[in-house]
Amino acid sequence: MGLPETKQSETEARVNALTMPGGAAWAVEARNEALARVQAKGMPARRDEYWKFTKPTRFVSVEPTPAALFDAQEEPMFDGIERLKVVFVDGVFDADASDDLAAENLEIGRLADATQADIHWVKDLYGMLETRGQDPVDRPLAALNTAFATDGVVLRATGPVARPVSIEYLHASESSDAILHHVIRVEEGASLTVLETGPAAARFNKCMEVDVADGAAFHHIRMQGRDHERQAVTHSFGRLGRESVYKSFTLTVNGVLTRNEHVLELLGDDAVAHIAGACAGDGDFHHDDTVFITHDAVNCESRQVFKKVLRNGAVGVFQGKILVKEGAQKTDGYQISQSLLLDDDSQFLAKPELEIYADDVACSHGSTTGAIDETALFYLQSRGVPKSIATDLLVLSFMAEAIDEIEDERLRDDIQARLEGWLARRRS
Amino acid sequence: MVALDETQVKEGVDQDTVDAVKSLGGAYKYGWNTDIEMEYAPKGLSEDIVRLISEKNNEPEWMLEWRLVAYRRWLELKEPDWAMVDYPEIDFQDQYYYARPKSMEVKPKSLDEVDPKLLATYEKLGIPLKEQMILAGVEGAEDIDADAPRKVAVDAVFDSVSVGTTFQAELKKAGVIFCSISEAIQEHPELVKQYLGTVVPQSDNYYATLNSAVFSDGSFVYIPPGVKCPMELSTYFRINAENTGQFERTLIIADKGSYVSYLEGCTAPQRDIAQLHAAVVELVLLDDAEIKYSTVQNWFPGDENGKGGIYNFVTKRADCRGDRSKVMWTQVETGSSVTWKYPSCILRGDDSQGEFYSIAIANNYQQADTGTKMVHLGKNTKSRIVSKGISAGRAQNTYRGLVSMHPKAKNGRNYTQCDSLLIGDKCGAHTVPYIEVKNNSSRVEHEATTSKVDDDQLFYCRARGMDEEEAVALVVNGFCKEVLQALPMEFAMEAQQLVAISLEGSVG
Repeated sequence: MGLPETKQSETEARVNALTMPGGAAWAVEARNEALARVQAKGMPARRDEYWKFTKPTRFVSVEPTPAALFDAQEEPMFDGIERLKVVFVDGVFDADASDDLAAENLEIGRLADATQADIHWVKDLYGMLETRGQDPVDRPLAALNTAFATDGVVLRATGPVARPVSIEYLHASESSDAILHHVIRVEEGASLTVLETGPAAARFNKCMEVDVADGAAFHHIRMQGRDHERQAVTHSFGRLGRESVYKSFTLTVNGVLTRNEHVLELLGDDAVAHIAGACAGDGDFHHDDTVFITHDAVNCESRQVFKKVLRNGAVGVFQGKILVKEGAQKTDGYQISQSLLLDDDSQFLAKPELEIYADDVACSHGSTTGAIDETALFYLQSRGVPKSIATDLLVLSFMAEAIDEIEDERLRDDIQARLEGWLARRRS
Repeated sequence: MVALDETQVKEGVDQDTVDAVKSLGGAYKYGWNTDIEMEYAPKGLSEDIVRLISEKNNEPEWMLEWRLVAYRRWLELKEPDWAMVDYPEIDFQDQYYYARPKSMEVKPKSLDEVDPKLLATYEKLGIPLKEQMILAGVEGAEDIDADAPRKVAVDAVFDSVSVGTTFQAELKKAGVIFCSISEAIQEHPELVKQYLGTVVPQSDNYYATLNSAVFSDGSFVYIPPGVKCPMELSTYFRINAENTGQFERTLIIADKGSYVSYLEGCTAPQRDIAQLHAAVVELVLLDDAEIKYSTVQNWFPGDENGKGGIYNFVTKRADCRGDRSKVMWTQVETGSSVTWKYPSCILRGDDSQGEFYSIAIANNYQQADTGTKMVHLGKNTKSRIVSKGISAGRAQNTYRGLVSMHPKAKNGRNYTQCDSLLIGDKCGAHTVPYIEVKNNSSRVEHEATTSKVDDDQLFYCRARGMDEEEAVALVVNGFCKEVLQALPMEFAMEAQQLVAISLEGSVG
């Protein structure tokens, strides 16, 4: 069936405005296949069920909407933490600002180089998990990313990697449009932590494919935000082997438009996946967390914890789904999405879904929305805490369940401090 | 099920109990059909058929026009495909849109004139239409005279026409109008004109639009201001004819300060070919009015191999226009091979309330996609959703719902609980809630769980001598308790039994 006319023309316009990077034959093939997926699915439109709550227009337009640079001085994120820095400025690798791309138990490189070479694990993975993630829901922006990504990081952990790899995205041009794609493989028994921070570009399309082998562990901590006008759509595709662990946490503050999709498949028995997110939005802010977790093995656990604090017309979206396939017995699936609306203009839109085809499972989801608890506020005020500080305290305690998902204490403290700073700046 | 005939009845167990249990033993017990001479409109759907239906009902011009607008709109619409149901394409030209018993050609003036065969049909279904109406086991409802049997007025719809409505005279004394919608179009055109299509507009959705074009009959209720309807009203829908779709339309208007409890039941014969049922129910509530709408849907669910059954595509919506009005939907969905049904509440009036209690059971190859919409528009509006879905065999059961708090719906409250129970590893249970909150004084809570029948509970029952099916039925009834309790008494009993029957053959 052909695409509707507008979709067809929007897709053509978007694709025609991009240049596909060259490379080794396998890479060109993978990119062309991705392009075919884009052309078959078409760019997302507001009428698409999957984009019901978030207008995709800005991700689809040929030119990005410009985003002013935030000029305040800010402590760099994760600065006190021993880490391996990989820096991109508006999507372009910055060798001077980055550390040497080398660490023990780690193969690390740039996607731009890897696609010229013949590295078996990059070749096997690139576009593969993204393709798997296209069923049952279309994710054309991820396919667009595979087809046109200009660079990214390729990582392969062969044992425990001591230093986290920190991918830092700087934003220097008001009209930049960046497409980055990371390929990550954590081998059997290995462990790796990836940090991400920064606004990246005026418009940022990022895709990350993570293959976690049996008994391996992958941790992902992300801080999105800063430049208020930036727009980002990100996809994280994960595949989990037996007894593996995948944990991801994202803090989002600022950003007119953010859509973070997580697509995880639990394919090995006893695997554990935790996805958490905290977001604080003020004013012209639209934040969308879309999660799709597929249980296709026995005795796996998945947890989704999302908290949003919204004010001055900010909009929070949560679309979460747990799919338990036939035979995925003993599944433990948990999902919670909560929002705190600090004033009357803000909105929370949610679609927490369960789709279950196995009977011996315990799956639950909860979703709540409401204003700050007046009784708690009164309690704090009656003990001499000024209202604004009391409000912040209650916001922090509301966020705690999500932030507690971060295992590493130093990273947790860093994220907590960033959130506190954001609140303090807005204290009335 | 243990064959009861061979079971030694223990001392102390009375014969009634044995009979009651026995009657639950069979498969679908309403699967027989009535052999009666029918009159059909030609097969297929066209403007001419719409005209014909209108003519058969002797409708005024404005009604025909209304239907034609809907029909033309329907031609432009596409069948919805978003529900988690899967069925072969329906050939809308390969069925009859109008079928009525020959004897109904001249409308009987009273029940005495109705073809005895029709009366016998309802009798057999347990719905005696003769005005002695004593429903088994419900004597002595506390709010009426303790010695008098509780009365229920019934409108009986057989394929495309209403066969008769009981207790009309007595209701009239109270000012209540209860008749078939075709009668209402004749007798009370001003009310029909004022309200028909105002809750579910002609072009609302594919099936509602189809219904607007071809609806043949249904019930009409008007409760005047301040009147508490003296008895429960009920409509019983029976599909009998083959290859015939039933398209009924119900319109209930509860004027200021009035109250009515309305029950709806449905059955159909067991046939190999699936049949279509696309109804529209509109409820209008003015200030301080209250409607309780209870449904026990027991259309033929198809056989254990998924053959036949009713496609139940229904649009039900209540419009709480008045302040402090209150509506309560209770449904027990055990039948139909495919269910597509979302009884909804538009909470427009300030302080209005909507409640939705649902049990949906899907066994064998049944598919149910059902839930509710609570649209909060007025201030201080409250809603509550309790949904219990049970899947067994190879069935798929989906809860799909919407809770929407509009910016002006200050201090809105919603509580949603949807639980799913899975019996067997070949079935599916799904939850698709939409939550939209656009102001911060409202509070919305949603909870959902999915689990299997608890082994400990089963073991406990088995240890006390129950066979496995009885034990499962008991546990499931416990799981559904909150909803069963919301049903009027007559239905609660029937529903509990239905829960047990529907799950028959699902264990072991």
